[in-house]
Amino acid sequence: MRMTALAGVVAVLVAVAAGCGGGGGSSNETTTGNSSVSGSIKFWGIWAATEQKAFQKVIDGFHKQYPNVTVTYSSKGNDIPTVLSTAIAGGNPPDMADVAQPGLVKQLVQQGKLKPINYAKPAIAANFSPAWEKLGEVNGKTYAFLYKASNKSTLWYNVNVLKQAGVNAPKTWSQMVSEAKTIKASGTPAYSLCGASGWTLTDIFENLYLRRWGQAKYDQLSAHQIKWTDPSVTKSLQDMAQVVGDTGNIYGGTSGALQTDYPTCVDYAFATPPKAAYNLQGDFASLEILQNTKSKPQKDFNVVPFPAITSGANAKAVETGGDLIITFRDSPAIEAFMKYLTTPQAATIWAKLGGFGSGNKHVPASVYPDPITAATEAPLAGATSVAFDMSDNQPASFGATTGQGEWGIFQKFLQHPTDISGIQQQLESSAAKAYKSGK
Amino acid sequence: MTGALFLLPAFILLGVWLVYPTIYTIVRSFFGPAGYLGTWVGIDNYRTLFTTSTLLTAIKNSAIWVAVVPAFVTAFGLLFAVLTERISWAVGFKTIVFLPMAISAFATGVTWRILYQQNPDQGAINALGRTVSDAVTAPGVLSNALPSTNAFQAKGGGLLLKTPLHPGGVALLGLTGIAPDDMPEGARQAVKPSGKSGAIDGVVWRDFKPGGGKAGVVEQGELGLPGVTVELRDSSDKVVQSAKTEPDGSFEFTDVGPGTYNAGIGAATFAKPFGGYSWLGPKLITPALLIAYIWIWAGFAMVVIAAGLAAMPRDVLEAARTDGATEWQVFRRVTVPLLAPVLSVVFITMIINVLKVFDIVIALAPESTQANANVIALAMWRTSFSGFDFGTGSAIAVFLFLLVLPVLALNIRRFRRDA
Repeated sequence: MRMTALAGVVAVLVAVAAGCGGGGGSSNETTTGNSSVSGSIKFWGIWAATEQKAFQKVIDGFHKQYPNVTVTYSSKGNDIPTVLSTAIAGGNPPDMADVAQPGLVKQLVQQGKLKPINYAKPAIAANFSPAWEKLGEVNGKTYAFLYKASNKSTLWYNVNVLKQAGVNAPKTWSQMVSEAKTIKASGTPAYSLCGASGWTLTDIFENLYLRRWGQAKYDQLSAHQIKWTDPSVTKSLQDMAQVVGDTGNIYGGTSGALQTDYPTCVDYAFATPPKAAYNLQGDFASLEILQNTKSKPQKDFNVVPFPAITSGANAKAVETGGDLIITFRDSPAIEAFMKYLTTPQAATIWAKLGGFGSGNKHVPASVYPDPITAATEAPLAGATSVAFDMSDNQPASFGATTGQGEWGIFQKFLQHPTDISGIQQQLESSAAKAYKSGK
Repeated sequence: MTGALFLLPAFILLGVWLVYPTIYTIVRSFFGPAGYLGTWVGIDNYRTLFTTSTLLTAIKNSAIWVAVVPAFVTAFGLLFAVLTERISWAVGFKTIVFLPMAISAFATGVTWRILYQQNPDQGAINALGRTVSDAVTAPGVLSNALPSTNAFQAKGGGLLLKTPLHPGGVALLGLTGIAPDDMPEGARQAVKPSGKSGAIDGVVWRDFKPGGGKAGVVEQGELGLPGVTVELRDSSDKVVQSAKTEPDGSFEFTDVGPGTYNAGIGAATFAKPFGGYSWLGPKLITPALLIAYIWIWAGFAMVVIAAGLAAMPRDVLEAARTDGATEWQVFRRVTVPLLAPVLSVVFITMIINVLKVFDIVIALAPESTQANANVIALAMWRTSFSGFDFGTGSAIAVFLFLLVLPVLALNIRRFRRDA
């Protein structure tokens, strides 16, 4: 949850940093016989400032195709869950909205407030892999469409440190772990961890679990259908211990890492002189690097996909977050706009402006405004499995409470990387309690 | 009748803001996590309260707070109040001591968090520690360096080659873990010595080139480490000679008699700089919080006690002094007993304050140690509004209420007596 909010902020700023490049977003769609569809759509969203301008260009593209439909977008900022709940309680929700919380979508479906968007299914299937399609499903029906996506499966590295150490950006986890020793010998610690921000640690675990076991198991673990004492968790914690247990290779050691929050850990890896080589944060880290360090893209910092654990499909799995489009009413105009948003054109207009990622397989990497954005966002389209942050499906007391539940226990794991079975028992008892009480 | 009418607004306000929430919280504590009431769970929430480790930590920490803070705050307040009676710049001093009260607890927390940073480059307290520590033992020139091969053994903080040497032998002392930026100035390409009869020579060098290179082999592109002190020990482990390395890392021990020797690098080279205490770490976080909190409230105690002092009859003190009591006896036997009512007010106020403590913990403790620093009020808030378990949250609130109740009763009784 928190990650998506961050990603949103980052996305705004990336767009700013990118200078809103193309400026035009000119689309040359054909204006066909769509004038029979008419009406107006009230659309509420998170996107403000630069993001709002970008989305307005997307809407303009739609207006060209459907001259008799008017889409009015108004920004409600990060408070949108509260604003929506209030509007729903007052009986006056908008026609459409975008929200960053899959949990909220689920909740609204259970309350019977959302309309299914089955009409958009063929369009989504034509443009997205089944994994993306599934993200909008609740109880087997499609209610939401992930229009704007972020990629949390990335590894940022300091180009100069790797050059001095004479190693390449790692493709696999084992390559990263073994090269980390070389990096240490070169005189710079390999890892900069943000142990004070618990969610960064669970993100690393989630990426590792998704990479090793694939989406089906990941979803089961998220839903607590697999216990945290499961051998698969043991294995993934062992993978993680190769990094968190390499205490001499973490900048500041264990106690330093525990006091380093996000985004300070990002600054460390890209400071002058550099304090570490690798940072395992998602695509949103690029903005922090550009804003608060002197590092230049590609010359000083670069990014690769989160290292693979096994070869095969799981190597291309992506942990994602983003903004889901939902509908509160049905009308031909709403249908048309929803279908339009699934098209490559609708994604390309914003992608060119920066701060945007799409899982649309017909959006080529070349539309992204710079090589770093292309490197972080292009893997979205190629991902065979896509998963939300686990905390989106877990009770908040286990998955999203500072110092408690999963976040707190992973911080303990950072302190005691050898006590894997103890950590698993703590995770399981905390999860069992949270799932039992349902919150 | 008219009287009742005048009381009505007060009753409504008290009812809405105090009576109803209290009753609702008590009732709510017997129900499940979500909804206006949720499902009836009996005393399960209270069981959770005393079986969950994070909540037990909170109770234990609150107990520490109650045991430490009121006593220290009262003691410091008394000390400052009595001492400021005797200095001419009392107003200035009192203003400074009272100033923290004017700052929000949140701002205080953030400020102290910066002071407490472990890295001596960031935290003022550890910076002070480093200044002292560096004056006692200076950090070595290669404090981060590590042996490049396992040809070494650790020797009292330094390194020693395992293989013994004879006159004419060559000692290869390869080190890694030195960042290019940390290389001593004037370092040149390392050269492997060829060996001289009657002498032991060798080289200390950065045994690393991009890609790692071959460990233990002097290669092109690997620089010598100048200015390192190398020691030669004889078979009885006594240092017989020591030498400093040249810009290419080479060194030489001349006039070495027959026998076996060990070459190595002394401990001083590797002496670590002061790394700072982990004030914000799991072990020290509660003491760190207590210090910051006492710093805030000592000023309050001082002002209240100073007011009490001002109202104290001076003739009693004079009488004691005339009777030959020392200043300590006057303080101990006259001032303190006369001030007892004021001191107990401060003490009781502090107990209530400390039981409710919340903001400074959330502002000062980093997320990773908030579980270690947890206190009852913070646990209540987190459980309710991060974990959305309003049942257990209510149970914690009721528990806190029960703890404050006897202190409150004590206070009310005192008010009555005073009236």
